[in-house]
Amino acid sequence: MSFFRRYAQNVGALVGLAILVVVIIVAAAAPILYPVSPWQGIGDPLLGPFEDSAFPLGTDMLGRDIAAGLAYGARVSLLIGVISTAVAVLIGVSLGAVAGYYGGRVDDLLMRFTEFFQTIPAFAMAVVLVAIFSPTITSITLAIAVVSWPPVARLVRGEFLSLRSREFVQAAIVIGQTGPRIMLTQILPNAISPIIVTASLMVATAILTESSLSFLGLGDRNMMSWGFMIGAARTMLREAWWLSVFPGVAILVTVLAINLIGEGLNDAMNPHLRGRKG
Amino acid sequence: MKTLEFLIQRLAKAVMVVIGVVILNFLLIQLAPGDPAAVLAGEAGAGDEQFIAQLRAQFGLDQPLYVQLLSYLKNVIAGDLGFSYRNHVPVADLILERLPATLLLTGSAFVFSLVLGITLGVIAARRRGSIGDSVIMTGALVFYATPLFWVALMAVLVFSIHLDWLPPFDMETVGAGYTGWARVLDIAHHLILPAVTLGLFFTAVYTRLTRASMLEVMNLDFVKTARAKGVPRGRIIRRHVLRNAVLPVFTFASVQAGQLVGGAVLTETVFAWPGIGRLMFDALLQRDYPVLLGVFLVTATVVVAINLVTDLLYRIVDPRIEATG
Amino acid sequence: MMNSAAPLLEVASLSIPLPPGLDREYAVENVTYTLNSGEILCVVGESGSGKSMTANAIMGLLPSYLKPSGGRILFRGRDLLTMSETELAHERGRSVAMIFQEPLSALNPLMKVGDQIAEVLLVHGERDSARREARVLDLLAYVGLPDPSNLRYAYPFRLSGGQRQRVMIAMALALEPAMLIADEPTTALDVTTQAQILELIRSIQRAKGMGVLFITHDFGVVADIADKVVVMEQGVVVEQGRAGDVLNRPQHPYTRRLIAAVPHRDGQNERASTIGEPLLEVRNLSKVYRSGGGLFSKPRVVRAVDNVSFTLRRGETLGVVGESGSGKSTLGRCLLKLTDVEGGEIRFRGQDLVPLTPAAFRPMRRHLQMVFQDPFASLNPRQTIGRILTDGPVANGVPLVDAERKARDLLGLVGLEPSAYDRYPHEFSGGQRQRVGIARALALDPELLIADESVSALDVSVQAQVLELLQELQRKLDIAIIFITHDLRVAAQVCDRIAVMYRGAIVECGPPSQVFDAPRHDYTRRLIAAIPGLHWDPRAAVA
Repeated sequence: MSFFRRYAQNVGALVGLAILVVVIIVAAAAPILYPVSPWQGIGDPLLGPFEDSAFPLGTDMLGRDIAAGLAYGARVSLLIGVISTAVAVLIGVSLGAVAGYYGGRVDDLLMRFTEFFQTIPAFAMAVVLVAIFSPTITSITLAIAVVSWPPVARLVRGEFLSLRSREFVQAAIVIGQTGPRIMLTQILPNAISPIIVTASLMVATAILTESSLSFLGLGDRNMMSWGFMIGAARTMLREAWWLSVFPGVAILVTVLAINLIGEGLNDAMNPHLRGRKG
Repeated sequence: MKTLEFLIQRLAKAVMVVIGVVILNFLLIQLAPGDPAAVLAGEAGAGDEQFIAQLRAQFGLDQPLYVQLLSYLKNVIAGDLGFSYRNHVPVADLILERLPATLLLTGSAFVFSLVLGITLGVIAARRRGSIGDSVIMTGALVFYATPLFWVALMAVLVFSIHLDWLPPFDMETVGAGYTGWARVLDIAHHLILPAVTLGLFFTAVYTRLTRASMLEVMNLDFVKTARAKGVPRGRIIRRHVLRNAVLPVFTFASVQAGQLVGGAVLTETVFAWPGIGRLMFDALLQRDYPVLLGVFLVTATVVVAINLVTDLLYRIVDPRIEATG
Repeated sequence: MMNSAAPLLEVASLSIPLPPGLDREYAVENVTYTLNSGEILCVVGESGSGKSMTANAIMGLLPSYLKPSGGRILFRGRDLLTMSETELAHERGRSVAMIFQEPLSALNPLMKVGDQIAEVLLVHGERDSARREARVLDLLAYVGLPDPSNLRYAYPFRLSGGQRQRVMIAMALALEPAMLIADEPTTALDVTTQAQILELIRSIQRAKGMGVLFITHDFGVVADIADKVVVMEQGVVVEQGRAGDVLNRPQHPYTRRLIAAVPHRDGQNERASTIGEPLLEVRNLSKVYRSGGGLFSKPRVVRAVDNVSFTLRRGETLGVVGESGSGKSTLGRCLLKLTDVEGGEIRFRGQDLVPLTPAAFRPMRRHLQMVFQDPFASLNPRQTIGRILTDGPVANGVPLVDAERKARDLLGLVGLEPSAYDRYPHEFSGGQRQRVGIARALALDPELLIADESVSALDVSVQAQVLELLQELQRKLDIAIIFITHDLRVAAQVCDRIAVMYRGAIVECGPPSQVFDAPRHDYTRRLIAAIPGLHWDPRAAVA
């Protein structure tokens, strides 16, 4: 059975994909749907949901449209989620591949380094990094990447280490292929599925981290984000529940969708690991 | 003999990590945009030229980098984490005062999530494919995708604002002046919401992990041996599967300790819990960088200590470690 | 015996359907055989013959997606297939016991072996812990384990493979069951250990009058212990009868083919004349593994290859025979510089390879090639056969067009269809993959081929074909072969000379006739004595 057929058999994964597509469309169409900046107050303050048909999700204390905020927030979440994951995967794969393939001292050194970054509390470190380098979209993305690469490095190292001793890799050495070539053409293609699965789940975690940072006020001040909306609405919880409920639901649904996709990918790529029915 | 050697090795490693964090902190001060002295001063005196100059002299900021690093290291080892110019108190005093509250919160959340997570995971694995399994795993999936701080806010909305069952803020009732058991009960009452909301995400993680691990172990050969011996199903789960399945969950939980402490920053912020997480948030608002870096160092140290203890415990629980370690 | 008329076990017309979508409809179909008390019945067959399936069905240990669709399994007259799980659990361990192929994974890694044995007694109603302990000590001593009073507190990882299997046997014997099912119990063990375990099972069976259902793929083992034999192919019983009849007068063509494929001594080697000048001279080669070692403890040192010397001539086949841990595979890896060497010389065409850097050695690699053990792990699952065969020549500077032409020629040479070129490894059987592995090595026109257990993972009939192919290629291409194997019979069949390795050193080296008929070293004698089916001549059976 092909990969796509197996993926399509997983209802949860399909639902996740559908949700993610909707989120992507909303994010892409945000400037068309809501031409006015989400920072601009354009309605009465603190309109409840469905009180005014122009603002179906209500407005905040400055009369800003919650729905517009959600649409623009999706852009930030997806952008930071994807780019920080890409950077983290790049770092993790490079370090993990070198450590796993060459072993010995190189491996020792790189793994000590990785362990160090894995031990120190990731979120606290992200907070410190963003605070010290002042919150911009670049510093946030990099901070999230810096705290999230170690699991990738460990995963890739493990894969390379075990694949390295596999006979087809030994055979590649025996026929005279060079180290970099073996890593790229023999080992990496066989290690790619777990990397993809991990990366997809990391996007979800990155979105959670980004929202947590901006909840603490460490978001980019020029970009509306879901975490910021919740953080700003925190003091209004008693008076205006919708200010924090809707952005939270947006985060939940997006992260859930990506997790479902990740699990779907995992099942589709490792069919033998999947439990039998019944 | 072997255990002692192991202990020394692990201890050395832990110390190295802590020193690494100190060096990292030092580098961050140096790398931060602007004058390191201004960073140390925080918002407190950024405008005051004379104050900055005084700080620069005090920290030897005109000396070569390695000299600065050495003196910085020396200070930290002596227990001096810097001075909060904002609060006019040494950072170490601020943190020490707040640390117990955080340990109480994260410790409770850890125990709560581990016990509940493993229990639910075992139930789900035993009733695989049943409605109970689906309910548990769906719940785990949802809480795995929910931001900590939002769960906390929603819990306040429901249990404090609407139902008025549990207090939304603080660690104890202000001005009540409880002592003895009354105070313990009062703190416990305040602890429920923060600990549970902090623990839910990790409960989800441990549930998923336990279930997967149980199912994997159930497929191993020695389970078949146990069946061939005529061991009843219940006893197979208890005596053969559970222990083998739970070990990797413990390892993972120990690695995750850092995340739990990080999560405390968010939970304490929402619940105004007087711990170092809340301290970190306040330091953020006030740009009080010495406090920020101090909290970072202390959280890292706590995590290293937790890992050290679990490593030692693991050595006792798993007989194979001694041979391979 | 009280009731010698009724059989102990009667499997009647048992059929177990496979889930839809697989290459055949039944895992086992219409299987019928009987086992009496005091008898050893061997079920023999190649992989996929369904030989283990029936055993699992008897124990009620089939995976949930397999359900018998017809037939009966009568144990002392009661149908096991109609019993409830509780009733079955009552019988398991008490009247029927089972041992498995891989004793390490069959034991709980976190439970002391004594406790695992005592558990059988406990779950079958022995409440008195002192009596349980006494029985455990008896059992451990009975199966020949040293120092039972300490050994019962050991965890399985502390024991050797043979000791673990003895623990499994002790566990199976705990309640003196009437029947023992042994599912390939010696396949994962070395020959000398295998001989001991077989001897143990046989002596216990005689002493207790048990019925033993013994599943194996090895006709040599069958010849050693069977009273009766059942031969299975593709889920069907093709022949059964008394051991002497089936072994010496096989009737069914499949049985004849299997027996003909059993490796054997060829008698003499006529090719001695074609052997040419020295190609590879190994002098005092040593390789040491260090493990553990910390602040206070000395590292454990294992001399994997200890001062090994030999000469290999063009066109010659040298067998390197030894048990696991003898250093035979490490030797092969040293020769190809897949691992670094402590000392000594490897002179290939007069040039010492040991001091060469990896980069300096790479251009020479094409002369020394290897055929690996595992046909499933030795081919990159993400590459087509064509890519696998052309990678080597391309890495050595051959233009892709030439490499492709050569690859297609090679497919014919090793007996594969031209269409194989564009297909992926998973589309091929084990034997076919091993042919691809041989073609990959030959693509570089090597002068020396190292075959590391290259036929060990294959079924006997396939093994015979691959061996034949190797011999034929050697005659055609005049290459020297180092044939590393644990199986003396295989070595005797294909090698001009045999080197016996024991604890890293070559203890004996000579032509097969000398090694077999006049072994000089004590270890060689033990090794030969341990060969299963030594006194049975498969040649005579199918002549």
